[in-house]
Amino acid sequence: MTATTPDARSVTERGRSPSFAGLLRAEWTKLRSVRSTVWALVLLVVLTLGFAALFTALTVSQWSNTSETQQRQIVADPVGMILGAGFQFSQLAVCVLGVLVMTSEYSTGMIRSSLLAVPKRTPMLWAKCAVFSVVVFLVAVLAAFPSFFIGAAILRSKAPVALGDPGVARAVVGAGLYLAVLGLFALAIGAIVRHTAGAITGIIGFVLVLSPLTRLLPGSLGERVHAYLPSEAGQLITQARQGTDDLLSPWQGFAVFCLWTSVLLGIAAYLLKHRDA
Amino acid sequence: MIEVHDLSKRYGTTLAVDHLSFNVQVGRVTGFLGPNGAGKSSTMRMILGLDRPDGGSATIGGRPYRDLPQPLRVVGALLEARAVHSGRSAYNHLLVLAQSQGLPRRRVDEVIEMIGLTHVAGKRAGGFSLGMGQRLGIAAALLGDPELLVLDEPVNGLDPEGIRWIRNLMKRLAAEGRTVLVSSHLMNEMAVTADHLIVIGRGRLIADCPTAEFIERSSHKLVRVQGPDQARLQWAISGSGGQVAATDDGALAVSGLDAAHIGELAARHGLVLHELTPQLASLEEAFMELTSDSVEYGAQNQERRDRSMAAAPGEGAQR
Repeated sequence: MTATTPDARSVTERGRSPSFAGLLRAEWTKLRSVRSTVWALVLLVVLTLGFAALFTALTVSQWSNTSETQQRQIVADPVGMILGAGFQFSQLAVCVLGVLVMTSEYSTGMIRSSLLAVPKRTPMLWAKCAVFSVVVFLVAVLAAFPSFFIGAAILRSKAPVALGDPGVARAVVGAGLYLAVLGLFALAIGAIVRHTAGAITGIIGFVLVLSPLTRLLPGSLGERVHAYLPSEAGQLITQARQGTDDLLSPWQGFAVFCLWTSVLLGIAAYLLKHRDA
Repeated sequence: MIEVHDLSKRYGTTLAVDHLSFNVQVGRVTGFLGPNGAGKSSTMRMILGLDRPDGGSATIGGRPYRDLPQPLRVVGALLEARAVHSGRSAYNHLLVLAQSQGLPRRRVDEVIEMIGLTHVAGKRAGGFSLGMGQRLGIAAALLGDPELLVLDEPVNGLDPEGIRWIRNLMKRLAAEGRTVLVSSHLMNEMAVTADHLIVIGRGRLIADCPTAEFIERSSHKLVRVQGPDQARLQWAISGSGGQVAATDDGALAVSGLDAAHIGELAARHGLVLHELTPQLASLEEAFMELTSDSVEYGAQNQERRDRSMAAAPGEGAQR
């Protein structure tokens, strides 16, 4: 065993036994070494910062033209004003990225290499989930805090808000939490559907179509179903103030969202384990 | 090293692998041969834990692939289909695999140099030529310095240069004492590289024997004979029990007598010989003979014999 591998000693020497840490490192390399990830995360930061500044500046300049009810809404929940617009776009970026993290493995054939390396399969999925959610959380929080401070500074004269106000810090961190779990939600759908277009359609259906649809359900049934939808329940944690008609508290809502996501991840893990690759 | 026992796999209504059993012995190159659609890739995918068998088992050193704690250190695999993210560089692709097995980063550099990928290591794999892509696949297979290599149609679509590179590599791997299982639908390719053959057709085992024996067993030995006086030659040979047929270029194709015998015969009769060439039936012919009943797409026997295996066997069905 010498001709092709004169230095194959490095394989055995220093050979850490493969561990979950190794899988985490591998998934981190996968994530950072593809352009779409980098672009989606850059987009997330730029949009969050840009929209916070843009919308607060517009609000301040148009303050005299704003109706009193709207003014009152903004004063009541300045955080929603500051982070709201950027947040909507970030959701889209995280959904697409979450789906791609999984479906690009299938569309390029990389999944075969991945599963040859980790034939038990599910540890690969869990490592992917861990790395992806932590990265999304960190990037989202790192974007949300400066956005908040910029927006709060611009809004100060009209609707003063501080990080220490009740619910505010939770809402800013909550934006990161919501996006991280949303990323996992998208990743799970990507793992179940395995095709990019189908999975993105699926997640858009969940986030954009299902919500208005359940509004059409009659009476309190509609309200209840609506409140327990993944995106609706999950977004509660990103709002500093609770609406008077909210059925769930922010943390309850977040728990409901996490439950949805774990069910989908459970299905994804089962299918990953049992389907032919 | 590889034990396949009573393995079956069904895709829809097609039985791709049909109660197949064989062993791959340590330390030699075993060719896995069969026409397109015979079930070679399916079998390899089950050995590698990518597909689940519907029946039977495939194990490596007694364990299913899924139970290997560091699979890439035991088995290196090159699949027929691409298995690389097109947007990732060759270096990062190998790094991902190394990290997943707990291999040091240095090993990636070693393999890249060994396989001759240094100048493209930083480029996106999506832009690689077929040959470069194949090299990257081989680099991934050798990353963990495995004892066993499973290569599915490694020369498919490669140019002569690439084919030679793969052949030499396999010889080197075998010389290092590694076990290689390599599939192909090209008989001649196997003749060059494999010590032992496992031949399958329609998912079933047709032959499991040394390559030499396979050729020997299924070939009719012919001797080409040419001389200025063909008529007397023919008479002398027929008189000694040989069968003579004329070939297209005017030579005699003799069966039933070996070359030495014919030479002595000619000397005894004072006949001049211009050519005396023993001929082994080509491997393709031997292969066709054995698999003629098991080609996935039925074709007329004669038609098939006329055509080389390099042509798609499916063509015959459309005539």
